[in-house]
Amino acid sequence: MLITCPYCGPRDVIEFTYQGDGNRERPDPASQNFEAWNAYVYDRLNPAGDHNEIWQHSGGCRAHLRVVRNTLTHEISSVAFVRGDHAPATRRKAEDKA
Amino acid sequence: MVERQSPLEPEFHTGSHGNFEHGVEILLTETRPGSIVQLTAWPGEEKTLMAAIRTFTGLALPDGAGGGLSDGAKSVFGFAPGKFTVTDEAEGLAAAFAKVVTPAIGTVTDLSHGRIAIRIAGPKAEWVLAKFFAIDFALPAFPIGAGRSTTHHDVFAQIQRTSADQFDIYVFRSFARSFWKALCHASEEVGYEVQ
Repeated sequence: MLITCPYCGPRDVIEFTYQGDGNRERPDPASQNFEAWNAYVYDRLNPAGDHNEIWQHSGGCRAHLRVVRNTLTHEISSVAFVRGDHAPATRRKAEDKA
Repeated sequence: MVERQSPLEPEFHTGSHGNFEHGVEILLTETRPGSIVQLTAWPGEEKTLMAAIRTFTGLALPDGAGGGLSDGAKSVFGFAPGKFTVTDEAEGLAAAFAKVVTPAIGTVTDLSHGRIAIRIAGPKAEWVLAKFFAIDFALPAFPIGAGRSTTHHDVFAQIQRTSADQFDIYVFRSFARSFWKALCHASEEVGYEVQ
């Protein structure tokens, strides 16, 4: 399985670390809404198909990435920096993305 | 300054080795830069940091992922978004950068004692490195001056191409000797010289 890192380009999955489900929304740390915390900790969509995931390119640029992976085929349809709002100046140009 | 010892010493054997009857196709050296520094810019401060690098080293970083260049004594390359490795033959680079890279711009991390630099050169350098790392070493994909960060069996490595057939590899000092031995073994079949 290859993941095309927006900075480093296509790399083997061995360079990446799975950081969990990308659909979770962390409640406000001060929140005492136990249902929201329960959902954050335990509830998972577990889809047979496209799945939003967080991966870290731990064996490369160490950036956290928002990845859409098909759980049936392992096809990666989208990779983006998690911190997309602060795109660094050195970011790979859009046309270079696979 | 305390004299820095090479972690490769027990396994560093100068001379020709391996299958060199038909010539030596790999040259391995330890370049021993005096300074290895990692610079990180906070989001939005990348251009300021790149300007500071230019002021101190005279090297104008190109835009783009993994861009870099070297003038022989000093080298710089990007290895992650907003992060750069800078090396110098002379010591004291981290102290110099600490004066201009203020906490508002980013961070300076002195890795001079934490990493070592191994240089692999020769017509088969690409070929040997391709046995180690699953990245494209062809010149159009990995131009001169550019940097890449990758791993070999969980040993993190930063690689800069410093000429068409020459690469500088920065690895953790604690892993350096085993990485060096692996590099020597991988070079045996084409003949290598240690200088």
